[in-house]
Amino acid sequence: MSARVLLIACALLCACGVRAQAGLDYGLTPERIAEDTWVVVGRSEDITRGNGGNISNSAFIVTRDGVVVIDTGATRRYGQQLRAAIARVTPRPVIRVYNTHHHPDHFLGNQAFADAPLLALPATRAGQRDDGNAFSDNVYRMAGDWASGTEALVASQDARAGSEDVGGHRLELLALHGHTAGDLVLVDRTTGVLFAGDLVFLDRAPTTPHAHIADWLAALDRIAAVRARRIVPGHGPVHDGLRGVEQTRDWLRWLDATLRDAAERGLDMAEVMRLPMPEGLAGLPLARSEYERSVSHLYPGYEEDAFRHRAAADGQSVQQK
Amino acid sequence: MSKFMLVLCAGLVCGMPLAAPVKDPLDSSRWPDLQRQYVDDADVRFDPRVEVLAPRVAEDSMNVPVTVRLRDLPDVKRVLVIADFNPIVKVLEYEPLIAQPGLSFRLKLQQASPVRALVQTGDGRWFAGGQWVDAAGGGCTAPSAGRSAPDWTQKLNQVQTRIWRDGRNQRLRLRIQHPMDTGLAPGIPAFYIEQLAVVDEKGQPLFRLDTFEPLSENPVFSFDLPDTGDAPLRLVGRDNNGNRIDARVQP
Repeated sequence: MSARVLLIACALLCACGVRAQAGLDYGLTPERIAEDTWVVVGRSEDITRGNGGNISNSAFIVTRDGVVVIDTGATRRYGQQLRAAIARVTPRPVIRVYNTHHHPDHFLGNQAFADAPLLALPATRAGQRDDGNAFSDNVYRMAGDWASGTEALVASQDARAGSEDVGGHRLELLALHGHTAGDLVLVDRTTGVLFAGDLVFLDRAPTTPHAHIADWLAALDRIAAVRARRIVPGHGPVHDGLRGVEQTRDWLRWLDATLRDAAERGLDMAEVMRLPMPEGLAGLPLARSEYERSVSHLYPGYEEDAFRHRAAADGQSVQQK
Repeated sequence: MSKFMLVLCAGLVCGMPLAAPVKDPLDSSRWPDLQRQYVDDADVRFDPRVEVLAPRVAEDSMNVPVTVRLRDLPDVKRVLVIADFNPIVKVLEYEPLIAQPGLSFRLKLQQASPVRALVQTGDGRWFAGGQWVDAAGGGCTAPSAGRSAPDWTQKLNQVQTRIWRDGRNQRLRLRIQHPMDTGLAPGIPAFYIEQLAVVDEKGQPLFRLDTFEPLSENPVFSFDLPDTGDAPLRLVGRDNNGNRIDARVQP
């Protein structure tokens, strides 16, 4: 009797266990967006236990010589499932992986590609080294089991600006910055596709934890000047033309003007977080929460300027011991 | 006997809801202890006029911005700010005197916690408001960032100020260079600003503020006061090591 109960309990436990394992499937489905070119589009959300960190875009180009991967996702599990998805498209080996920048949702899947050359800009590699452990802890906090076993694997080689032929694709690398200290943009001149990393967001509010707005705007000008046929943003849908560049630019200009004006009016941070947003931007997914985060990241700099402006206006030192 | 039991039961059933303390709208397990410790178990009314503005998620656990807004609550004498789940709960105690009773500041959070303002009015009654702030945490046990700069001791207690006037009122913003070490980071003793006041030319305080370890490093404050014209104001205070703060508030 008790043996039978145990057996049933065991069977139930095993069944549930299998289901829990199966539940951690990102369901990555590569979409073909140009010749030899595939994108796995993430959700326009924050990292949660529901999405497991599948919130950013990864891409790969199947060249004659092998597969070039652009970004590896937020967890080791994502990286493994991305690699499996690539293998369903082509039997060719992964010959190189680029990390567009050092944010966790773009490189914490590197562990699944440890046998391939992992390339990133020097500033990106430095960021991965400095912030990687904190990032993987935080992703685990937000995504839970999806992130188990995830560790920051720093890119093994420097990526450099310039162009080269890879298996019949003319690939050009632009070394930019503004979203972070190192933002790699990859242009496939053969297909006309530009992989923008997080310099371009579309239909999802941009994030700014390491942003420098003036540099970011300058980087967007560089991207626009490429005149790419199609753009793969770091977050949001693949699109033709400059929709993403323009939306990202509008957001950054509004953010800059709003924070500067608030600091010059003497508002404090929690008050600034409550300011209304223009209708066109307020409708973007995560607009309010990203705006609040941006106030935390950027407002102290504008406050510092506002204190200095007063000092300059009075022409005297502001402090005494 | 059974009659007695009946009365007792009725008393329990009817009496208990009356005797039960006001439910904490933030539903924090710490509240009954905090009520005992900070308001001596006095009745506290959770009131929408006590507004605590803070982000729902702290992007930076070392600098969580908070504005306490008390727009329609008359005769406020004291404002206590506490964070339930911080290892050091009390953040500041504000005596607005002639200033408006609201203020803004930043604090460190060790983990997700309610941040509350407990407000006492002239008739002795207590009012409260607050908000949960989710946080990755670690804010209280991390060393201050400024200590790694070689010149931090020279900048200690330097003050930046700016005033905005609209004819009737003035907003005063202050930034003080101070590590505000909690004493909870290994090997670094507690070192924090304890007292601040803005005084007029006769030394009369316009408001007084006691501050504690959880305030953020290089604290930034905003205060709202009646416009005092061109009368020179000073910011005075000291930290727990006896270092004085004494700076002219530039009009």
